[in-house]
Amino acid sequence: MARAQPPQQPPPVQRLLLRYAKRGRLRFASHRDFARAFERALRRAGLPMAYSSGFTPHPRISYANPAATGAESEAEYLELGLAQVTDPAVVRTELDQALPDGFDVLRVVERVAGPLAERLQASLWSVDLSAWPSPARLSAVERFEAAEQVWVSRLTKHGQRDFDARSAMVSWSWREADWQVVLRHQVPLVRPDDLVSALVQIEPSGQTPLPPRLLRLAQGPLLGRTVGDPLAPEDPPCESMTAAGAEYGIMRARSETQPAPLLG
Amino acid sequence: MTEPIDAGVPSLYSRLEPLLAQVTRPIQYVGGEQNSILKPWAAAEARWCLMYPDAYEVGQPNQGLAVLYEVLNQRDWILAERSFAVWPDLARLMRRHGLPQFTLEGHRPVRAFDFIGVSLSTELGYTNLLEALDLAGLPLRAADRSVDDPVVVVGGHVASNPEPMADFIDAAVLGDGEQAVLDLSAWLRQWKAAGRPGGRDGLLERFAASGQVYVPRFYSVSYAPAGPIVAVAPNRPGVPERVRKYVLDDLDDWPHPVRPLVPLAETVHERYSVEIFRGCTRGCRFCQAGMITRPVRERSLDRIGLLVERGLAATGLDEVGLLSLSSADHSEIAALTQELADRYEGSQVSLSLPSTRVDAFNLELAEQLSRNGRRTGLTFAPEGGSERMRRVINKNVSADDLIATVSAAFQAGWRQVKLYFMCGLPTETDDDVLAIADLASRVIEVGRRVSGRRDIGCTLSVGAFVPKPQTPFQWAAQADPQIVDHRLRLLRDAIRSDRRHGRAISLRYHDGRPGLIEGLLARGDRRVGQVVEAVWRDGGVFDGWSEHFSFERWADQAERVLARWGIDLDWFTTRPRDQGEVLPWDHLDVGLDQDWLWQDWQDALDSQVVGDCRWAGCSDCGVCPELATQIEIGPTGRHLIPLTVGSKPPAAVRSDG
Ligand code: SF4
Repeated sequence: MARAQPPQQPPPVQRLLLRYAKRGRLRFASHRDFARAFERALRRAGLPMAYSSGFTPHPRISYANPAATGAESEAEYLELGLAQVTDPAVVRTELDQALPDGFDVLRVVERVAGPLAERLQASLWSVDLSAWPSPARLSAVERFEAAEQVWVSRLTKHGQRDFDARSAMVSWSWREADWQVVLRHQVPLVRPDDLVSALVQIEPSGQTPLPPRLLRLAQGPLLGRTVGDPLAPEDPPCESMTAAGAEYGIMRARSETQPAPLLG
Repeated sequence: MTEPIDAGVPSLYSRLEPLLAQVTRPIQYVGGEQNSILKPWAAAEARWCLMYPDAYEVGQPNQGLAVLYEVLNQRDWILAERSFAVWPDLARLMRRHGLPQFTLEGHRPVRAFDFIGVSLSTELGYTNLLEALDLAGLPLRAADRSVDDPVVVVGGHVASNPEPMADFIDAAVLGDGEQAVLDLSAWLRQWKAAGRPGGRDGLLERFAASGQVYVPRFYSVSYAPAGPIVAVAPNRPGVPERVRKYVLDDLDDWPHPVRPLVPLAETVHERYSVEIFRGCTRGCRFCQAGMITRPVRERSLDRIGLLVERGLAATGLDEVGLLSLSSADHSEIAALTQELADRYEGSQVSLSLPSTRVDAFNLELAEQLSRNGRRTGLTFAPEGGSERMRRVINKNVSADDLIATVSAAFQAGWRQVKLYFMCGLPTETDDDVLAIADLASRVIEVGRRVSGRRDIGCTLSVGAFVPKPQTPFQWAAQADPQIVDHRLRLLRDAIRSDRRHGRAISLRYHDGRPGLIEGLLARGDRRVGQVVEAVWRDGGVFDGWSEHFSFERWADQAERVLARWGIDLDWFTTRPRDQGEVLPWDHLDVGLDQDWLWQDWQDALDSQVVGDCRWAGCSDCGVCPELATQIEIGPTGRHLIPLTVGSKPPAAVRSDG
């Protein structure tokens, strides 16, 4: 008997885009942890997943630009292929229920044209610097902005790497002790913890025993100095969020029921 | 036993959280996994911290722990939470910030519980147990604990000789844990209700009086000047000479996890496991698990079907493990695998089972299991290279059987087989090990012939044999690691020089030295406990992990500590025992008749085989009469009802319908 051909799977009939959050304790989940939990949740919810072909078929899910382990996020995105047309609202509730608390599905829409990854050009991060003395954090940020380049080093999968943290910063504002920064996604990716390393480098007195909490508030197309909505049906900035105008508090409070609106 | 803390046992999470940002894989410490159970503290009358002293990724998939979690939490008056070993990076931070060992459900301090129920399946977890008890803030020695401290009770395979841990544990339970944990809980409840008569000792005496709970502190051990044990005897009234193991009947009637916890962190097994039977009577002489879990008791086919259906729905897992010591021996395994494969045909659910059989039937099962197209490798375990060696270990399979089986497998389309062997077995010679190379050549030869292809491969995995207590080899001399390494080198050279087949054979083996330490701990007595403590004090933890294990540390501490009694590492490992020697575990009764066990050892030396009592008739091992139990096997003749797998299919709807 010759080895059988792997079963061929038909292409998905529907593609959905999901926005989800990674909150509280589950900020300690790695991206792989999330992916496993998400695939199990799809099965438990009994959703009609589409699979890749081959001897070990995988559900058709594309993840884009996940936040690092330890960072919280209100703006993670993925694309999901289904084998039967399903109401996005149903997908949202079913999946949200099947996922553990802390992985929360905020919004599900039919895929708009173009790959998701291309629409995720920048992120709005909130960096909690409340443990820093106020003068230190203000001066550190000002000096960081004034610098042309600030090189920091981080251990990556491929060894120790250097990054110019300054080059990724598009705009910033203060929300009390939260430093809210728009970071351009570039290669290599500059992460918010690189910014923290840069601030410490500039202002060593700011070094705190524990690293500050990091929260991604928004992710999407870069519209000037602000971050747009990647799920918007069209590219024009019907909704966008400026760093200065983000309603961080409202967003958090609403998030368990409705996707956080992106305020303009 | 710390009643006063009550509802006031606070969660340590807020203190733990800032530390988590600084450690590797923090998710393993946050708890809150799907299907985990957090009960109110105040309402529980018996509170268990179930501990597996290894990393989460190894401990969480442990089936024994999952079963006890289910059994205990089913009772409304009992609460059970879990705790695992923390890696050194977090342990360091916890010590610096004064944070004690915690549970994952409530992040409660382990010291606040009534019981710390330790499940241990390998002796290499001993240093981790000491580390966890110390991080918990518990006095390391049982004798130093107060009435408010938890009772540390150990179960699992190593409980068949817990002597090296005797000074550090309060109690050990042999055999099946389900009834044992309920009994312990009930005795605790009575003792609390009666106003804790006799304090801590009063409770432990109640346990010991049952004859089924071993309290090491209530036994004294005396030694002869030359090293051997003179006697192990009770040192107070009401404590029996020997302690009997627990054995369950009617497995179908006992709880089995149907909503098992689904980890967020990655673990070694990501599957829903159903224990399809307990015990094994094949009688492999090296196998402690087989010897100490007799007799065989099966779950019925329809009950297994129900568990699989519910378990998948509750977890969203897509792999099912049909577990036991040798799953192909279930009396209805053919019907079971076929009917499960039918039920999940066309879904992404895959089935797997561990099997020790080397016959055509095994292949038939493998075909059923790979119907979805997933063909993981095919594995057989002849264990011994030569016919003679296999008779010594009572692994009754001929080379021709093996060749016929792999031939059928290659014909059926498999390209790779994996074969498991042991090295360092009693009576073994160089030739017995070299016979492994001959077998492997024949496998490749026949594979190429029947398949007409060149891409046939065979992986040989060879482990060093460690004699274990409560087996016929408990009297055997463990092979010196140098001999094991020498024979493995001979084997490697023989394969390399086989120009026709050598490239198709890959050989995997490990350094033989960790096996020597495992041997020391497996057949050790209370004196070895002091070696364990010395190693732990010297920084030894996670000994089951090669990057943490240090042979030199163990060897140095063993030499230093054991010199006091004029004995050494070799005395415990490479020295043969005679029939008259008092073994450290002789007072712990797993039901095996000591004379039968000795006779089985003599039979091994004579290359005499013993049949499986399920098919060849009772061989009088003593377990059934001694423990008033019996073999419980099918066939039941029942079947799985065809099923559209409920309204929430575990394997999502596929599009081609
Ligand atoms: S007593 Fe007999 S039937 Fe029972 S397990 Fe032993 S050999 Fe088998």
